[in-house]
Amino acid sequence: MPIDKNQVKKVAKLSRISLDDSKLESLSKDLVSILNFVEQLNKLDTNEIKPLTSIIDKSLDTRDDTVSEGQIKDQILKNSPEKNEDFFIVPKVVD
Amino acid sequence: MRTFLLFQRLLIKMNDLNDISLSEIIKLIKSKKISSLELANHFINNIKKAKKLNSFITTCFDQTIKDSKSFDKKQNFDGLLPGIPIAVKDLFCTKNIKTTAGSKILENFVPTYESTVTNNLWKEGAILLGKLNCDEFAMGSSNETSFFGNVVNPLENNFVPGGSSGGSATALAASLTPATIGTDTGGSIRQPASFTGTVGLKPTYGLCSRWGIVAFASSLDQAGPMTKNVEDCALMLEAMSGYDKKDSTSINRKKENYFKNLKKSIKGIKIGIPKEYRVDNMPKEIEQLWKNGIDILKKSGAKIIDISLPHTKYALPTYYIVAPAEASSNLARYDGIKYGYRSKKGNNLIEMYEHTRAEGFGDEVKRRVLIGTYVLSSGYYDAYYLKAQKVRKLIKGDFDNSFKKVDAILTPSTPSSAFKIGEKTNDPISMYLNDIFTVPVNLAGLPAISIPAGKDHKGHPLGLQLISKALEEQKILNIAFAMEKEIDFKQSLNRWWE
Repeated sequence: MPIDKNQVKKVAKLSRISLDDSKLESLSKDLVSILNFVEQLNKLDTNEIKPLTSIIDKSLDTRDDTVSEGQIKDQILKNSPEKNEDFFIVPKVVD
Repeated sequence: MRTFLLFQRLLIKMNDLNDISLSEIIKLIKSKKISSLELANHFINNIKKAKKLNSFITTCFDQTIKDSKSFDKKQNFDGLLPGIPIAVKDLFCTKNIKTTAGSKILENFVPTYESTVTNNLWKEGAILLGKLNCDEFAMGSSNETSFFGNVVNPLENNFVPGGSSGGSATALAASLTPATIGTDTGGSIRQPASFTGTVGLKPTYGLCSRWGIVAFASSLDQAGPMTKNVEDCALMLEAMSGYDKKDSTSINRKKENYFKNLKKSIKGIKIGIPKEYRVDNMPKEIEQLWKNGIDILKKSGAKIIDISLPHTKYALPTYYIVAPAEASSNLARYDGIKYGYRSKKGNNLIEMYEHTRAEGFGDEVKRRVLIGTYVLSSGYYDAYYLKAQKVRKLIKGDFDNSFKKVDAILTPSTPSSAFKIGEKTNDPISMYLNDIFTVPVNLAGLPAISIPAGKDHKGHPLGLQLISKALEEQKILNIAFAMEKEIDFKQSLNRWWE
Protein backbone atom coordinates (compact mmCIF):
# COMPACT_ATOMS: atom_id res chain seq x y z
CA MET A 1 0.00 0.00 0.00
CA PRO A 2 1.91 3.07 -1.18
CA ILE A 3 -0.43 5.60 0.46
CA ASP A 4 -3.10 5.45 3.19
CA LYS A 5 -6.08 7.68 3.93
CA ASN A 6 -4.22 9.81 6.45
CA GLN A 7 -1.47 10.49 3.95
CA VAL A 8 -4.08 11.42 1.33
CA LYS A 9 -5.52 13.93 3.83
CA LYS A 10 -2.05 15.35 4.42
CA VAL A 11 -1.33 15.67 0.68
CA ALA A 12 -4.72 17.37 0.18
CA LYS A 13 -3.75 19.85 2.88
CA LEU A 14 -0.40 20.50 1.16
CA SER A 15 -2.25 20.92 -2.17
CA ARG A 16 -4.73 23.34 -0.58
CA ILE A 17 -7.71 21.27 -1.72
CA SER A 18 -10.41 20.65 0.87
CA LEU A 19 -11.49 17.05 0.87
CA ASP A 20 -14.86 15.70 1.90
CA ASP A 21 -14.78 12.46 3.91
CA SER A 22 -17.29 11.09 1.42
CA LYS A 23 -14.76 11.50 -1.40
CA LEU A 24 -11.76 10.30 0.57
CA GLU A 25 -12.48 6.60 0.02
CA SER A 26 -12.69 6.62 -3.78
CA LEU A 27 -9.90 9.13 -4.20
CA SER A 28 -7.54 7.09 -2.00
CA LYS A 29 -8.35 4.03 -4.09
CA ASP A 30 -7.48 5.91 -7.30
CA LEU A 31 -4.25 7.27 -5.88
CA VAL A 32 -3.19 3.81 -4.68
CA SER A 33 -3.76 2.36 -8.14
CA ILE A 34 -1.86 5.19 -9.86
CA LEU A 35 1.06 4.90 -7.44
CA ASN A 36 1.16 1.12 -7.82
CA PHE A 37 1.29 1.67 -11.57
CA VAL A 38 4.18 4.14 -11.47
CA GLU A 39 6.14 1.98 -9.04
CA GLN A 40 6.99 -0.31 -11.97
CA LEU A 41 9.97 2.01 -12.32
CA ASN A 42 11.54 0.38 -9.26
CA LYS A 43 12.31 -2.66 -11.42
CA LEU A 44 14.94 -0.57 -13.18
CA ASP A 45 18.36 -0.04 -11.69
CA THR A 46 19.16 3.65 -12.19
CA ASN A 47 21.99 4.11 -9.69
CA GLU A 48 24.48 5.08 -12.38
CA ILE A 49 22.08 7.31 -14.34
CA LYS A 50 22.10 11.08 -14.06
CA PRO A 51 18.61 12.57 -14.05
CA LEU A 52 17.42 14.54 -17.06
CA THR A 53 17.39 18.24 -16.29
CA SER A 54 16.50 19.76 -19.65
CA ILE A 55 14.96 18.31 -22.76
CA ILE A 56 16.58 20.73 -25.20
CA ASP A 57 20.26 21.41 -25.80
CA LYS A 58 20.32 25.01 -24.76
CA SER A 59 20.90 26.99 -21.65
CA LEU A 60 18.09 29.25 -20.62
CA ASP A 61 18.15 32.73 -22.10
CA THR A 62 18.97 35.64 -19.89
CA ARG A 63 17.75 39.18 -20.37
CA ASP A 64 18.41 42.63 -19.00
CA ASP A 65 16.43 43.42 -15.89
CA THR A 66 14.40 46.21 -17.40
CA VAL A 67 10.70 46.95 -17.65
CA SER A 68 9.30 45.69 -20.98
CA GLU A 69 5.58 46.19 -20.60
CA GLY A 70 4.80 48.40 -17.63
CA GLN A 71 1.82 50.45 -16.54
CA ILE A 72 -0.71 47.64 -16.95
CA LYS A 73 -2.16 47.74 -13.43
CA ASP A 74 -5.73 47.84 -14.71
CA GLN A 75 -5.16 44.78 -16.85
CA ILE A 76 -3.62 42.87 -13.97
CA LEU A 77 -6.52 43.67 -11.65
CA LYS A 78 -9.20 43.15 -14.28
CA ASN A 79 -9.87 39.45 -13.65
CA SER A 80 -9.64 39.55 -9.86
CA PRO A 81 -12.73 38.15 -8.10
CA GLU A 82 -12.46 40.90 -5.49
CA LYS A 83 -10.51 44.15 -5.66
CA ASN A 84 -10.50 47.61 -4.20
CA GLU A 85 -8.82 50.45 -6.05
CA ASP A 86 -5.26 49.20 -6.57
CA PHE A 87 -5.48 46.12 -4.35
CA PHE A 88 -6.50 42.48 -4.47
CA ILE A 89 -8.83 41.79 -1.55
CA VAL A 90 -8.20 38.64 0.50
CA PRO A 91 -9.88 37.28 3.64
CA LYS A 92 -8.47 38.71 6.85
CA VAL A 93 -5.04 37.21 7.65
CA VAL A 94 -4.07 38.99 10.89
CA ASP A 95 -6.31 39.12 13.94
CA MET B 1 -17.23 38.12 -67.08
CA ARG B 2 -19.55 38.93 -64.24
CA THR B 3 -21.88 36.05 -65.10
CA PHE B 4 -18.90 33.78 -65.33
CA LEU B 5 -17.75 34.76 -61.86
CA LEU B 6 -21.23 34.23 -60.47
CA PHE B 7 -21.38 30.86 -62.11
CA GLN B 8 -18.05 29.89 -60.62
CA ARG B 9 -19.24 30.95 -57.19
CA LEU B 10 -22.30 28.78 -57.53
CA LEU B 11 -20.09 25.87 -58.46
CA ILE B 12 -18.08 26.33 -55.29
CA LYS B 13 -21.22 26.19 -53.17
CA MET B 14 -22.29 22.98 -54.85
CA ASN B 15 -18.83 21.56 -54.54
CA ASP B 16 -19.30 22.02 -50.83
CA LEU B 17 -16.62 23.67 -48.78
CA ASN B 18 -16.94 20.87 -46.26
CA ASP B 19 -15.10 18.44 -48.47
CA ILE B 20 -12.10 20.51 -49.46
CA SER B 21 -8.86 21.15 -47.65
CA LEU B 22 -7.48 24.36 -46.16
CA SER B 23 -4.97 24.65 -49.01
CA GLU B 24 -7.77 24.43 -51.56
CA ILE B 25 -9.81 27.04 -49.69
CA ILE B 26 -6.79 29.35 -49.74
CA LYS B 27 -6.55 28.94 -53.53
CA LEU B 28 -10.23 29.93 -53.85
CA ILE B 29 -9.77 33.00 -51.70
CA LYS B 30 -6.57 34.06 -53.48
CA SER B 31 -8.26 33.81 -56.87
CA LYS B 32 -11.21 35.75 -55.42
CA LYS B 33 -13.66 32.94 -56.15
CA ILE B 34 -14.83 33.24 -52.59
CA SER B 35 -14.60 36.01 -50.01
CA SER B 36 -13.50 35.81 -46.42
CA LEU B 37 -17.03 36.82 -45.38
CA GLU B 38 -18.60 33.98 -47.39
CA LEU B 39 -16.20 31.56 -45.77
CA ALA B 40 -16.93 32.93 -42.31
CA ASN B 41 -20.67 32.59 -42.88
CA HIS B 42 -20.25 29.04 -44.11
CA PHE B 43 -18.39 27.89 -41.00
CA ILE B 44 -20.62 29.90 -38.65
CA ASN B 45 -23.62 28.11 -40.16
CA ASN B 46 -21.98 24.75 -39.69
CA ILE B 47 -21.14 25.58 -36.07
CA LYS B 48 -24.69 26.71 -35.30
CA LYS B 49 -26.03 23.39 -36.58
CA ALA B 50 -23.54 21.32 -34.57
CA LYS B 51 -24.64 21.95 -30.96
CA LYS B 52 -24.97 18.18 -30.40
CA LEU B 53 -21.23 17.75 -30.84
CA ASN B 54 -20.50 20.24 -28.02
CA SER B 55 -17.15 21.11 -29.54
CA PHE B 56 -17.25 24.86 -28.81
CA ILE B 57 -17.06 26.54 -25.41
CA THR B 58 -17.14 30.11 -26.76
CA THR B 59 -17.95 31.63 -30.14
CA CYS B 60 -17.27 35.19 -31.24
CA PHE B 61 -19.26 35.41 -34.49
CA ASP B 62 -19.82 39.19 -34.45
CA GLN B 63 -16.08 39.71 -34.31
CA THR B 64 -15.50 37.01 -36.97
CA ILE B 65 -17.88 38.75 -39.38
CA LYS B 66 -16.35 42.15 -38.67
CA ASP B 67 -12.80 40.84 -39.19
CA SER B 68 -13.69 39.00 -42.40
CA LYS B 69 -15.37 42.10 -43.83
CA SER B 70 -12.32 44.20 -43.10
CA PHE B 71 -10.11 41.50 -44.62
CA ASP B 72 -12.17 41.58 -47.83
CA LYS B 73 -11.52 45.33 -48.12
CA LYS B 74 -7.76 44.80 -48.20
CA GLN B 75 -6.23 45.11 -51.64
CA ASN B 76 -3.15 42.98 -51.31
CA PHE B 77 -2.37 40.41 -48.72
CA ASP B 78 0.33 37.79 -48.89
CA GLY B 79 0.03 36.02 -45.54
CA LEU B 80 -0.17 32.22 -45.34
CA LEU B 81 -3.78 32.19 -44.07
CA PRO B 82 -5.55 34.98 -46.00
CA GLY B 83 -8.92 35.71 -44.37
CA ILE B 84 -9.28 32.13 -43.15
CA PRO B 85 -11.68 31.64 -40.21
CA ILE B 86 -10.18 29.30 -37.62
CA ALA B 87 -11.25 27.98 -34.23
CA VAL B 88 -8.62 27.16 -31.60
CA LYS B 89 -8.40 25.01 -28.48
CA ASP B 90 -9.55 26.87 -25.38
CA LEU B 91 -6.12 26.51 -23.84
CA PHE B 92 -4.69 29.40 -25.90
CA CYS B 93 -5.21 32.79 -24.29
CA THR B 94 -7.07 35.10 -26.64
CA LYS B 95 -7.24 38.81 -25.90
CA ASN B 96 -10.70 39.92 -24.75
CA ILE B 97 -12.16 36.48 -25.52
CA LYS B 98 -12.94 34.15 -22.64
CA THR B 99 -10.33 31.42 -22.12
CA THR B 100 -11.38 28.60 -19.79
CA ALA B 101 -8.99 25.64 -20.28
CA GLY B 102 -12.15 23.55 -19.88
CA SER B 103 -12.24 24.39 -16.16
CA LYS B 104 -14.76 25.91 -13.80
CA ILE B 105 -11.90 27.74 -12.10
CA LEU B 106 -11.38 29.80 -15.29
CA GLU B 107 -15.06 29.89 -16.27
CA ASN B 108 -15.08 33.69 -16.52
CA PHE B 109 -11.44 34.41 -17.28
CA VAL B 110 -10.96 36.98 -20.05
CA PRO B 111 -7.25 37.39 -20.91
CA THR B 112 -5.91 40.87 -21.53
CA TYR B 113 -3.21 39.42 -23.79
CA GLU B 114 -2.87 37.09 -26.78
CA SER B 115 -0.82 33.87 -26.90
CA THR B 116 2.16 34.04 -29.26
CA VAL B 117 0.99 31.06 -31.32
CA THR B 118 -2.52 32.45 -31.96
CA ASN B 119 -1.03 35.87 -32.61
CA ASN B 120 1.18 34.27 -35.28
CA LEU B 121 -1.95 32.89 -36.97
CA TRP B 122 -3.69 36.29 -36.97
CA LYS B 123 -0.56 37.90 -38.40
CA GLU B 124 -0.79 35.45 -41.31
CA GLY B 125 -4.37 36.59 -41.95
CA ALA B 126 -6.44 34.05 -39.99
CA ILE B 127 -9.63 35.12 -38.17
CA LEU B 128 -10.95 33.63 -34.91
CA LEU B 129 -14.25 31.68 -35.00
CA GLY B 130 -14.29 30.61 -31.38
CA LYS B 131 -12.72 28.50 -28.65
CA LEU B 132 -12.82 24.72 -28.67
CA ASN B 133 -13.71 22.37 -25.85
CA CYS B 134 -10.95 20.28 -24.27
CA ASP B 135 -10.26 18.16 -21.22
CA GLU B 136 -9.88 20.27 -18.09
CA PHE B 137 -6.37 21.78 -18.18
CA ALA B 138 -5.70 19.30 -21.02
CA MET B 139 -5.76 16.43 -18.51
CA GLY B 140 -7.58 13.59 -20.21
CA SER B 141 -7.70 11.33 -23.24
CA SER B 142 -11.39 11.47 -24.11
CA ASN B 143 -12.58 15.04 -23.57
CA GLU B 144 -14.77 13.77 -20.73
CA THR B 145 -13.08 15.79 -17.98
CA SER B 146 -14.17 19.18 -19.37
CA PHE B 147 -16.32 21.28 -17.02
CA PHE B 148 -18.33 22.16 -20.14
CA GLY B 149 -19.32 18.58 -20.87
CA ASN B 150 -17.97 15.88 -23.12
CA VAL B 151 -17.45 16.32 -26.85
CA VAL B 152 -18.97 13.84 -29.29
CA ASN B 153 -17.06 12.18 -32.12
CA PRO B 154 -18.70 13.20 -35.44
CA LEU B 155 -18.09 9.69 -36.75
CA GLU B 156 -20.67 8.18 -34.44
CA ASN B 157 -22.85 9.44 -31.62
CA ASN B 158 -21.88 8.17 -28.13
CA PHE B 159 -18.21 7.84 -29.05
CA VAL B 160 -15.44 10.04 -27.67
CA PRO B 161 -13.28 12.12 -30.03
CA GLY B 162 -10.19 11.46 -27.89
CA GLY B 163 -8.44 14.14 -25.90
CA SER B 164 -7.36 16.40 -24.62
CA SER B 165 -7.78 18.34 -27.91
CA GLY B 166 -11.14 16.61 -28.47
CA GLY B 167 -13.09 19.74 -29.39
CA SER B 168 -10.41 20.60 -31.93
CA ALA B 169 -10.52 17.13 -33.52
CA THR B 170 -14.32 17.06 -33.66
CA ALA B 171 -14.65 20.59 -35.05
CA LEU B 172 -12.09 19.80 -37.73
CA ALA B 173 -13.54 16.42 -38.75
CA ALA B 174 -17.06 17.90 -38.83
CA SER B 175 -15.85 20.86 -40.95
CA LEU B 176 -16.73 23.47 -38.33
CA THR B 177 -13.26 24.92 -38.94
CA PRO B 178 -10.98 24.32 -41.96
CA ALA B 179 -7.97 23.66 -39.70
CA THR B 180 -7.18 24.08 -36.02
CA ILE B 181 -4.51 24.01 -33.38
CA GLY B 182 -4.23 21.95 -30.23
CA THR B 183 -1.69 21.19 -27.55
CA ASP B 184 0.04 17.89 -26.89
CA THR B 185 1.54 16.97 -23.50
CA GLY B 186 1.33 13.19 -23.82
CA GLY B 187 -0.63 12.62 -27.04
CA SER B 188 -3.37 15.26 -26.85
CA ILE B 189 -3.06 16.18 -30.54
CA ARG B 190 -2.13 12.82 -32.07
CA GLN B 191 -4.63 10.58 -30.22
CA PRO B 192 -7.74 12.67 -31.07
CA ALA B 193 -6.44 13.06 -34.65
CA SER B 194 -6.23 9.27 -34.84
CA PHE B 195 -9.77 8.90 -33.38
CA THR B 196 -11.32 11.28 -35.92
CA GLY B 197 -9.48 10.45 -39.15
CA THR B 198 -7.48 13.67 -39.23
CA VAL B 199 -3.81 14.71 -39.26
CA GLY B 200 -2.13 16.00 -36.09
CA LEU B 201 1.47 17.00 -35.43
CA LYS B 202 3.30 17.52 -32.17
CA PRO B 203 6.37 19.66 -32.93
CA THR B 204 9.81 19.50 -31.33
CA TYR B 205 9.78 20.93 -27.82
CA GLY B 206 10.63 24.61 -28.26
CA LEU B 207 9.54 25.01 -31.90
CA CYS B 208 6.24 26.72 -31.03
CA SER B 209 6.10 29.26 -28.24
CA ARG B 210 4.33 28.24 -25.04
CA TRP B 211 3.77 31.87 -24.05
CA GLY B 212 0.10 32.55 -23.35
CA ILE B 213 -0.93 28.88 -23.32
CA VAL B 214 -2.51 27.71 -20.06
CA ALA B 215 0.28 25.56 -18.59
CA PHE B 216 -0.16 21.89 -17.70
CA ALA B 217 3.32 20.24 -17.67
CA SER B 218 5.88 22.76 -18.83
CA SER B 219 8.64 20.36 -19.90
CA LEU B 220 6.21 18.37 -22.07
CA ASP B 221 3.61 20.84 -23.43
CA GLN B 222 3.79 21.79 -27.12
CA ALA B 223 1.25 23.40 -29.42
CA GLY B 224 0.73 21.96 -32.89
CA PRO B 225 -1.53 21.86 -35.96
CA MET B 226 -4.55 19.60 -36.60
CA THR B 227 -5.67 19.45 -40.22
CA LYS B 228 -7.45 17.43 -42.88
CA ASN B 229 -4.31 16.50 -44.78
CA VAL B 230 -0.51 16.65 -44.61
CA GLU B 231 -0.18 19.65 -46.92
CA ASP B 232 -2.43 21.71 -44.62
CA CYS B 233 -0.41 20.48 -41.65
CA ALA B 234 2.82 21.82 -43.16
CA LEU B 235 1.14 25.14 -43.85
CA MET B 236 -0.29 25.53 -40.35
CA LEU B 237 3.00 24.52 -38.71
CA GLU B 238 4.79 27.14 -40.76
CA ALA B 239 2.25 29.75 -39.70
CA MET B 240 2.27 29.01 -35.97
CA SER B 241 5.94 28.19 -35.25
CA GLY B 242 8.87 30.50 -34.65
CA TYR B 243 11.20 31.86 -32.01
CA ASP B 244 9.68 33.88 -29.19
CA LYS B 245 11.82 35.66 -26.65
CA LYS B 246 8.93 35.54 -24.18
CA ASP B 247 9.32 31.74 -23.89
CA SER B 248 12.71 30.95 -22.33
CA THR B 249 12.65 27.44 -23.86
CA SER B 250 11.86 28.67 -27.38
CA ILE B 251 14.47 27.59 -29.96
CA ASN B 252 16.09 30.49 -31.79
CA ARG B 253 16.48 29.47 -35.41
CA LYS B 254 15.42 30.49 -38.88
CA LYS B 255 11.79 29.76 -39.74
CA GLU B 256 11.33 26.89 -42.19
CA ASN B 257 9.11 26.75 -45.27
CA TYR B 258 7.51 23.41 -44.52
CA PHE B 259 4.76 23.94 -47.07
CA LYS B 260 6.94 24.93 -50.01
CA ASN B 261 9.51 22.24 -49.25
CA LEU B 262 7.01 19.42 -49.03
CA LYS B 263 7.96 16.58 -51.38
CA LYS B 264 6.72 13.07 -51.89
CA SER B 265 9.94 11.33 -52.82
CA ILE B 266 11.23 9.26 -49.92
CA LYS B 267 13.46 6.88 -51.84
CA GLY B 268 16.27 5.48 -49.72
CA ILE B 269 14.92 6.90 -46.49
CA LYS B 270 15.45 4.61 -43.48
CA ILE B 271 12.44 3.81 -41.30
CA GLY B 272 12.77 2.10 -37.93
CA ILE B 273 10.17 -0.33 -36.60
CA PRO B 274 10.47 -0.61 -32.80
CA LYS B 275 9.67 -4.10 -31.56
CA GLU B 276 8.61 -2.80 -28.12
CA TYR B 277 5.53 -1.16 -29.64
CA ARG B 278 4.09 -4.62 -30.29
CA VAL B 279 2.29 -4.56 -26.95
CA ASP B 280 0.35 -7.40 -25.33
CA ASN B 281 -3.27 -7.65 -26.39
CA MET B 282 -2.82 -5.31 -29.31
CA PRO B 283 -5.89 -5.66 -31.55
CA LYS B 284 -5.21 -7.55 -34.79
CA GLU B 285 -6.53 -4.58 -36.73
CA ILE B 286 -3.84 -2.31 -35.35
CA GLU B 287 -1.14 -4.87 -36.17
CA GLN B 288 -2.51 -5.12 -39.71
CA LEU B 289 -2.61 -1.34 -40.03
CA TRP B 290 1.03 -1.12 -39.00
CA LYS B 291 1.99 -3.87 -41.46
CA ASN B 292 0.17 -2.06 -44.26
CA GLY B 293 2.06 1.11 -43.41
CA ILE B 294 5.35 -0.76 -43.60
CA ASP B 295 4.38 -2.22 -47.00
CA ILE B 296 3.50 1.21 -48.34
CA LEU B 297 6.84 2.61 -47.21
CA LYS B 298 8.70 -0.31 -48.84
CA LYS B 299 6.77 0.28 -52.04
CA SER B 300 7.77 3.94 -51.97
CA GLY B 301 11.43 3.02 -51.82
CA ALA B 302 12.06 3.36 -48.10
CA LYS B 303 14.32 0.95 -46.26
CA ILE B 304 12.75 -0.79 -43.26
CA ILE B 305 14.99 -1.48 -40.27
CA ASP B 306 14.05 -3.29 -37.06
CA ILE B 307 15.04 -1.28 -34.02
CA SER B 308 14.70 -1.50 -30.27
CA LEU B 309 13.58 1.17 -27.81
CA PRO B 310 14.11 -0.95 -24.70
CA HIS B 311 12.67 1.44 -22.10
CA THR B 312 9.35 2.03 -23.88
CA LYS B 313 7.30 0.22 -21.24
CA TYR B 314 8.56 2.61 -18.59
CA ALA B 315 7.40 5.71 -20.49
CA LEU B 316 3.84 5.78 -19.18
CA PRO B 317 4.77 5.35 -15.49
CA THR B 318 7.48 8.00 -15.94
CA TYR B 319 4.96 10.34 -17.52
CA TYR B 320 2.50 9.85 -14.65
CA ILE B 321 5.12 11.10 -12.23
CA VAL B 322 6.63 13.95 -14.26
CA ALA B 323 3.39 15.40 -15.68
CA PRO B 324 1.44 15.51 -12.36
CA ALA B 325 4.52 16.90 -10.57
CA GLU B 326 4.74 19.79 -13.01
CA ALA B 327 0.97 20.21 -13.02
CA SER B 328 0.80 20.49 -9.23
CA SER B 329 3.35 23.32 -9.40
CA ASN B 330 1.73 25.07 -12.37
CA LEU B 331 -1.77 24.87 -10.91
CA ALA B 332 -0.68 26.36 -7.59
CA ARG B 333 -1.48 29.75 -9.16
CA TYR B 334 -5.25 29.12 -8.97
CA ASP B 335 -5.83 30.59 -5.55
CA GLY B 336 -9.03 32.61 -6.06
CA ILE B 337 -7.22 35.90 -5.62
CA LYS B 338 -5.62 37.24 -8.78
CA TYR B 339 -8.04 35.75 -11.29
CA GLY B 340 -10.52 32.92 -11.68
CA TYR B 341 -13.20 31.45 -9.47
CA ARG B 342 -13.32 32.16 -5.71
CA SER B 343 -15.37 30.14 -3.23
CA LYS B 344 -17.68 31.95 -0.82
CA LYS B 345 -16.85 29.38 1.86
CA GLY B 346 -14.04 29.41 4.43
CA ASN B 347 -13.33 31.48 7.51
CA ASN B 348 -9.78 32.48 6.69
CA LEU B 349 -7.32 32.73 3.81
CA ILE B 350 -6.19 29.08 3.88
CA GLU B 351 -9.76 27.77 4.01
CA MET B 352 -10.70 30.07 1.16
CA TYR B 353 -7.87 28.55 -0.95
CA GLU B 354 -8.96 25.04 -0.06
CA HIS B 355 -12.62 25.56 -0.94
CA THR B 356 -11.82 27.52 -4.09
CA ARG B 357 -9.66 24.69 -5.41
CA ALA B 358 -12.04 21.95 -4.23
CA GLU B 359 -14.99 23.61 -6.00
CA GLY B 360 -13.04 24.91 -9.00
CA PHE B 361 -11.15 21.76 -10.05
CA GLY B 362 -12.71 18.56 -11.39
CA ASP B 363 -11.85 15.05 -10.19
CA GLU B 364 -9.10 14.24 -12.71
CA VAL B 365 -7.32 17.54 -12.05
CA LYS B 366 -7.51 16.91 -8.30
CA ARG B 367 -6.10 13.40 -8.73
CA ARG B 368 -3.14 14.74 -10.67
CA VAL B 369 -2.47 17.67 -8.34
CA LEU B 370 -2.51 15.29 -5.36
CA ILE B 371 -0.23 12.76 -7.07
CA GLY B 372 2.09 15.58 -8.12
CA THR B 373 2.22 17.04 -4.64
CA TYR B 374 2.85 13.60 -3.18
CA VAL B 375 5.75 12.68 -5.50
CA LEU B 376 7.41 16.04 -4.84
CA SER B 377 6.84 16.00 -1.10
CA SER B 378 9.60 15.66 1.45
CA GLY B 379 10.72 12.06 1.84
CA TYR B 380 9.25 10.89 -1.49
CA TYR B 381 11.00 13.16 -4.00
CA ASP B 382 13.94 10.82 -4.62
CA ALA B 383 11.84 7.69 -4.83
CA TYR B 384 9.44 9.10 -7.40
CA TYR B 385 10.39 12.34 -9.12
CA LEU B 386 14.15 11.89 -9.26
CA LYS B 387 13.71 8.27 -10.30
CA ALA B 388 11.36 9.33 -13.10
CA GLN B 389 13.80 11.95 -14.39
CA LYS B 390 16.50 9.26 -14.52
CA VAL B 391 14.26 6.92 -16.49
CA ARG B 392 13.33 9.81 -18.75
CA LYS B 393 17.02 10.12 -19.57
CA LEU B 394 17.07 6.44 -20.55
CA ILE B 395 13.98 6.87 -22.75
CA LYS B 396 15.54 9.82 -24.53
CA GLY B 397 18.76 7.81 -24.89
CA ASP B 398 16.83 5.01 -26.65
CA PHE B 399 15.66 7.47 -29.29
CA ASP B 400 19.09 9.09 -29.64
CA ASN B 401 20.62 5.66 -30.32
CA SER B 402 17.95 4.72 -32.84
CA PHE B 403 18.32 7.91 -34.82
CA LYS B 404 21.96 6.99 -35.46
CA LYS B 405 20.55 4.18 -37.62
CA VAL B 406 17.24 5.48 -39.00
CA ASP B 407 15.68 8.71 -40.28
CA ALA B 408 12.27 8.16 -38.75
CA ILE B 409 10.27 5.65 -36.72
CA LEU B 410 6.85 4.25 -37.65
CA THR B 411 4.39 3.11 -34.96
CA PRO B 412 0.62 2.94 -34.51
CA SER B 413 -0.73 6.19 -32.99
CA THR B 414 -3.04 4.54 -30.47
CA PRO B 415 -3.69 1.02 -29.14
CA SER B 416 -7.38 1.20 -30.16
CA SER B 417 -9.91 3.21 -32.14
CA ALA B 418 -12.35 5.66 -30.48
CA PHE B 419 -14.20 4.13 -27.52
CA LYS B 420 -17.65 4.79 -26.10
CA ILE B 421 -18.42 7.75 -23.87
CA GLY B 422 -18.23 6.59 -20.25
CA GLU B 423 -16.41 3.35 -21.09
CA LYS B 424 -13.16 4.22 -19.31
CA THR B 425 -14.09 6.97 -16.85
CA ASN B 426 -14.12 4.73 -13.79
CA ASP B 427 -10.57 3.49 -14.14
CA PRO B 428 -7.84 6.16 -14.48
CA ILE B 429 -5.20 3.59 -15.50
CA SER B 430 -7.21 2.19 -18.41
CA MET B 431 -7.69 5.76 -19.60
CA TYR B 432 -3.96 6.50 -19.26
CA LEU B 433 -3.08 3.44 -21.39
CA ASN B 434 -4.52 5.25 -24.43
CA ASP B 435 -1.35 7.29 -24.60
CA ILE B 436 1.06 4.37 -24.52
CA PHE B 437 2.45 5.07 -28.04
CA THR B 438 2.40 8.86 -27.87
CA VAL B 439 3.87 9.63 -24.43
CA PRO B 440 7.50 8.56 -25.12
CA VAL B 441 7.78 11.28 -27.79
CA ASN B 442 6.87 14.04 -25.31
CA LEU B 443 9.31 12.70 -22.73
CA ALA B 444 12.08 12.92 -25.35
CA GLY B 445 10.96 16.32 -26.73
CA LEU B 446 10.71 14.97 -30.28
CA PRO B 447 8.36 15.78 -33.18
CA ALA B 448 5.74 13.24 -34.31
CA ILE B 449 2.82 13.22 -36.70
CA SER B 450 -0.28 11.03 -36.77
CA ILE B 451 -1.99 10.40 -40.09
CA PRO B 452 -5.20 8.48 -40.80
CA ALA B 453 -4.16 5.10 -42.19
CA GLY B 454 -7.19 2.83 -42.15
CA LYS B 455 -10.39 1.83 -40.39
CA ASP B 456 -11.40 -0.88 -37.96
CA HIS B 457 -14.39 -3.25 -38.29
CA LYS B 458 -16.71 -0.52 -36.94
CA GLY B 459 -15.57 1.82 -39.68
CA HIS B 460 -13.72 3.98 -37.15
CA PRO B 461 -10.42 5.52 -38.25
CA LEU B 462 -7.00 4.42 -37.04
CA GLY B 463 -3.78 6.39 -37.24
CA LEU B 464 -0.11 5.73 -37.81
CA GLN B 465 2.60 7.78 -36.15
CA LEU B 466 5.94 8.93 -37.58
CA ILE B 467 8.65 10.16 -35.19
CA SER B 468 11.92 11.89 -36.07
CA LYS B 469 14.91 13.50 -34.46
CA ALA B 470 14.39 16.95 -32.93
CA LEU B 471 13.72 19.70 -35.50
CA GLU B 472 13.26 17.32 -38.43
CA GLU B 473 9.57 18.11 -38.90
CA GLN B 474 10.15 18.44 -42.64
CA LYS B 475 11.28 14.85 -42.84
CA ILE B 476 8.21 13.36 -41.16
CA LEU B 477 5.94 15.69 -43.12
CA ASN B 478 7.49 14.42 -46.36
CA ILE B 479 7.16 10.78 -45.37
CA ALA B 480 3.57 11.37 -44.25
CA PHE B 481 2.87 13.16 -47.54
CA ALA B 482 4.13 10.17 -49.52
CA MET B 483 2.19 7.69 -47.38
CA GLU B 484 -1.00 9.73 -47.53
CA LYS B 485 -1.06 9.50 -51.32
CA GLU B 486 -0.71 5.71 -51.24
CA ILE B 487 -3.14 5.14 -48.36
CA ASP B 488 -5.81 7.31 -49.99
CA PHE B 489 -7.86 7.46 -46.78
CA LYS B 490 -11.43 8.60 -47.40
CA GLN B 491 -14.00 9.61 -44.85
CA SER B 492 -17.43 10.91 -45.61
CA LEU B 493 -19.68 11.90 -42.75
CA ASN B 494 -23.46 11.98 -43.13
CA ARG B 495 -23.68 15.02 -40.81
CA TRP B 496 -26.14 13.19 -38.51
CA TRP B 497 -25.79 15.94 -35.90
CA GLU B 498 -27.39 18.63 -38.06
